[in-house]
Amino acid sequence: MSRISMEQVKHVAHLARLAITEEEAQQFQHQLDQMISFAEQLNELDTDQVNPTSHVLDMKNVMREDVAKPGLPVEEVVKNAPDSKEGYIRVPSIIE
Amino acid sequence: MMSLFEQKVSELHERLHKKEISVTDLVNESYKRIGQVEDKVKAFLTLDEENARNQAKRLDDQLVKGENEGALFGMPIGVKDNIVTKNLRTTCASKILENFDPIYDATVVQKLQKAETVTIGKLNMDEFAMGSSNENSAFQATRNPWNTEFVPGGSSGGSAASVASGEVLFSLGSDTGGSIRQPAAYCGVVGLKPTYGRVSRFGLVAFASSLDQIGPVTRTVEDNAYLLEAISGVDPMDSTSANVDVPSFVNSLTGDVRGLKIAVPKEYLGEGVGEEARNSVLEALKVLEGLGAEWEEVSLPHSKYALAAYYLLSSSEASANLSRFDGVRYGHRTDNAETLIEMYKQTRAEGFGDEVKRRIMLGTFSLSSGYYDAYYKKAQKVRTLIKKDFEDVFEKYDVIVGPTTPTPAFKIGEKVDDPLTMYANDILTIPVNLAGVPGISVPCGFAANGLPLGLQMIGKHFDESTIYRAAHAFEQATDFHKQFPKL
Repeated sequence: MSRISMEQVKHVAHLARLAITEEEAQQFQHQLDQMISFAEQLNELDTDQVNPTSHVLDMKNVMREDVAKPGLPVEEVVKNAPDSKEGYIRVPSIIE
Repeated sequence: MMSLFEQKVSELHERLHKKEISVTDLVNESYKRIGQVEDKVKAFLTLDEENARNQAKRLDDQLVKGENEGALFGMPIGVKDNIVTKNLRTTCASKILENFDPIYDATVVQKLQKAETVTIGKLNMDEFAMGSSNENSAFQATRNPWNTEFVPGGSSGGSAASVASGEVLFSLGSDTGGSIRQPAAYCGVVGLKPTYGRVSRFGLVAFASSLDQIGPVTRTVEDNAYLLEAISGVDPMDSTSANVDVPSFVNSLTGDVRGLKIAVPKEYLGEGVGEEARNSVLEALKVLEGLGAEWEEVSLPHSKYALAAYYLLSSSEASANLSRFDGVRYGHRTDNAETLIEMYKQTRAEGFGDEVKRRIMLGTFSLSSGYYDAYYKKAQKVRTLIKKDFEDVFEKYDVIVGPTTPTPAFKIGEKVDDPLTMYANDILTIPVNLAGVPGISVPCGFAANGLPLGLQMIGKHFDESTIYRAAHAFEQATDFHKQFPKL
């Protein structure tokens, strides 16, 4: 019995903006359950007094001078867009 | 094989200088070899032949005028296909970027241009660098040049296979959990993951930003040091690149390892590590001992937790990084959607392969409300413990040595249906990324089936010089690097 329900799998797929078929959902349910069981071995470790590491180097905010520089040309920037018009990228309508 | 690429960068540089060979000869050598073996090896996704030949002519003109100071002048290189190259298709071996034509060069590519290398083409990989075999490429499975029924490793499989088969002199790869070192070991070449922050990641398509590093894949340690020197340094375009001096790595290759203190973690020779890998490391330690180094067994007690922590962290970061592939600004867009949200979902379903989807799902799950503390944050805390393991050992020792991989390369198809077994290839390389320290793989023998084995040497933060010195001394005392696959 999987500890992750089909509803959860579908919810996660929605959050990830990933269309999945019923068959894929079942597969993900199985594989996610496997990987989460594997990950739960981390619970053997007492980490109450341990700080999380998000970055390995001792680094503070890196600032630069606020100086305007030329950006990339618009025609280059939209070059790879699947649908563009007059320097804008076109997508399906968002508001009616 | 008797190829020009059996010679080192320094030897070829000397021969160019003496006008015994031209840059055109070097570039011809590359494409000739590609013509001979690429059908079997399948290392390249895109070739840039016309530009490369034109550039060779320009460099030959400079050569006549004596304008060839740089150590890497005219050397043919391959670049992994997750490093963006202006006007040269960059796919990350994914359908979602099949026709992506970058509008700028990665910082490392700009540095290569400054060093006047010649880019031969773009190299195959596992899709978005997620994999250990190159079987996750959306386009082709690269083969191991030592036996084409076997995988070259991954994710920088094309980078390692192209160098091993003599298609290029050297290449760039990227390493998030072992993706340079593991294929280097499987293909019998030298691969280095630099210290996190040593090399700019600007223009490297991000997989897991806190772990990714670009690094060199070469035939010899000396060539590796030359290439790292050329691509290193702080970059205003990457705020995680470190403002530290770039020493002459080549000058560190003294051959002298007397008194070098080597730590051998018992976890790296224990459970899950094959006998051939273990024995090759014990033999290598004898060689290093003979050269005057000393070694002792140590413990990295949290090693066994690295794999689980890595998959949670790298997948979480990947799920965020890969959200940019949504069919809006670049790449594939579905034809089968009415609304914007359907377009995102369908585009991504059509564009990503199975492994990428699996990791996006795992990452999204571990970052989702209610699970964040239990999985993602827990893994970050375990990362601290793993990093501390390394710091403790490096208080007393100069280098950590072990196998690069638990076994030699496996057969194509053997592990493709079993993610967890596939992930276990990386148990010895992953802790290095989590700690952010540098690691190199050098050839250290051959398994009974004729496939190469790799020795991993791990150093302190920003101390690539010491692992280069140790790896070079070992290489010079052995002849594994002088053997070439018969293709």
